[in-house]
Amino acid sequence: MGRKLLLDKAHIEGIRYYDVYRKNGGYAAAEKALKSMTTDQVLDEVKKSGLRGRGGAGFPTGLKWSFIAKPEGVPRYLVCNADESEPGTFKDRYLMEFLPHLLIEGLLISSYTLGANATYIYIRGEYAWIPDILEEAIAEAKKAGWLGKNIQGTGFDLEIYVQRGGGAYICGEETALIESLEGKRGNPRLKPPFPAVKGLWQSPTVVNNVETLAAVVPIINIGGEEYAKIGVGKSTGTKLISACGNINKPGVYEIDMTISVEEFIYSEEYCGGIPNGKRLKACIPGGSSVPILPANLLLTTAKGEKRLMNYESLNDGGFATGTMMGSGGFIVLDEDQCVVRHTLSLARFYHHESCGQCSPCREGTGWMKRVLSNLENGKGKMSDIDLLWDIQRKIEGNTICPLGDAAAWPVAAAIRHFRDEFEWHVNNPEEAVKRNFGLAHYADPLPVPQPVA
Amino acid sequence: MIQFSEEKLNKVKEIMARYPEGKQKSALIPVLHLAQEEFGGWLSSDTMDYVASLLSITNIEVYEVATFYSMFNMQPVGKYLFEVCQTGPCMVNGSDQIIDYIKQKLGIGVGETTADGLFTLKTVECLGACGYAPMMQLGKHYREHLTPAKVDAIIDECRAAVKN
Ligand SMILES: Cc1cc2nc3c(=O)[nH]c(=O)nc-3n(C[C@H](O)[C@H](O)[C@H](O)COP(=O)(O)O)c2cc1C
Ligand code: SF4
Ligand code: FES
Repeated sequence: MGRKLLLDKAHIEGIRYYDVYRKNGGYAAAEKALKSMTTDQVLDEVKKSGLRGRGGAGFPTGLKWSFIAKPEGVPRYLVCNADESEPGTFKDRYLMEFLPHLLIEGLLISSYTLGANATYIYIRGEYAWIPDILEEAIAEAKKAGWLGKNIQGTGFDLEIYVQRGGGAYICGEETALIESLEGKRGNPRLKPPFPAVKGLWQSPTVVNNVETLAAVVPIINIGGEEYAKIGVGKSTGTKLISACGNINKPGVYEIDMTISVEEFIYSEEYCGGIPNGKRLKACIPGGSSVPILPANLLLTTAKGEKRLMNYESLNDGGFATGTMMGSGGFIVLDEDQCVVRHTLSLARFYHHESCGQCSPCREGTGWMKRVLSNLENGKGKMSDIDLLWDIQRKIEGNTICPLGDAAAWPVAAAIRHFRDEFEWHVNNPEEAVKRNFGLAHYADPLPVPQPVA
Repeated sequence: MIQFSEEKLNKVKEIMARYPEGKQKSALIPVLHLAQEEFGGWLSSDTMDYVASLLSITNIEVYEVATFYSMFNMQPVGKYLFEVCQTGPCMVNGSDQIIDYIKQKLGIGVGETTADGLFTLKTVECLGACGYAPMMQLGKHYREHLTPAKVDAIIDECRAAVKN
């Protein structure tokens, strides 16, 4: 059993409520930080912990916090990104539903450190029942003196507000989120200026993911150095993985980042293997935006090493033979799944979610969707595969925000690793429509990887 | 006449108080949610104009936002809106079959409403319930691990709720 820092108390009856949470050690970190540490000392612990943003990009949190501008007389804001809309990702929902006080405690410590007196939790609108849970917890915390004016006699003031979005994946991107929070369309802003200088209402703002902010609590409790000892290399601490697709035990798991991908998929402690005796064909390990890998490259890197569930190992081989940790949305496909069809579903998603500001993204995502739809429906040509490749190349790097890249990468990776499945669709149009399976040989036993010099 | 109740107006005030002086526009999306719930499940231009007047912003600022976000319905919908997720992880767990089943059972296509005005079927993209697929949103809550039998039960439940 790996060490658990976030979900260790998730199964305690009533942990959602203040009294139970408090009795089980809750708000000890807030007490420690607010009463016995300066803001610089808290920041230092977060830096030492090596915590990296859990929203997808993996940027070091302590470093991000140190960038916040501190002009005289201007308020600073912390915004908690609870938009969670990346297909395959449902971990933040779990934290908010079951451990709302853990998040509030994390927000309190983080707001104190950043000098923010108002903090907004921006939550995707579809999670319509969760604001009630959060607001109830906020009211409890306020009653117990952890929010409001002069918190625990320290002189620090903080209000936390919950804001629902309106249904738009793009509002997970931090500048689009800020626009949306200001009551506008979710159009990402050009950077610079970065939110740390001019964010919400043109004030210095830090946007962090739910899981990132919750992780601040155990970091303060055990100390940054201790936290950094868990995991490996630059993948410190624990990570929540939301596992779905063709597995026996879908759900949210907290892992320490030393376990192998193979163990994660097949062990009873985690996904419990693949249902109906099917074999593993492919996996998108970090949410829909990260490259899909065939079974052999997923379990073993091109160097022939076991691939581990952490930032570096998942990224090993770059985009040629690796993938990314992303948001931790782990999507498993069994041997019956069709990669073309799956890629089409994701292309449709990105087309639907493009905000439309940049033509490469707005037009390119629609174009990819139509070409993939033709291939999937037996109307594709061989040249369409190269066309797809070309379109995704022209989107990548040519847009205001990374949604363009996020739409391009899955298509690129699908063609890179499953090209003959695309070709099979062109060559067998009738069969492709009838049985709509891809090629199962991608699930065949692993070839012995050849060591690269 | 479109007009929030006293209670809802207080809620609007409470929402507006969350933001600094002069930033009341930030209340727009939360207030649009309130308005959609209150005035028939969709946003007519009258409803949107009313919201604009509450927040002292122009009508166009409201239209601009309402049309951007997928949760705001620009057309009337049935009393029960079935929003079925069709994205990858739900698809590999059989969302297409669930959508087909609902179509056949209710005799409507995607985007359509039953003649009695009770049900509308809509497909949506990932709702963050991929581990509990296939799923749909119904009102404030999610219905997960859908099967044809569960769909039947949900439809019966809605019909029964209308009768009572
Ligand atoms: C299209 C797009 C969607 C995103 N969606 C989310 C999201 O739903 N949740 C999230 O935390 N970060 C999301 N991000 C990343 C945020 O922009 C930002 O990097 C993150 O909230 C920073 O928090 P962290 O440093 O704690 O990870 C998204 C980014 C892009 C480009
Ligand atoms: S890349 Fe796409 S989503 Fe991002 S700003 Fe441009 S059009 Fe909008
Ligand atoms: S794919 Fe359906 S909820 Fe995520």
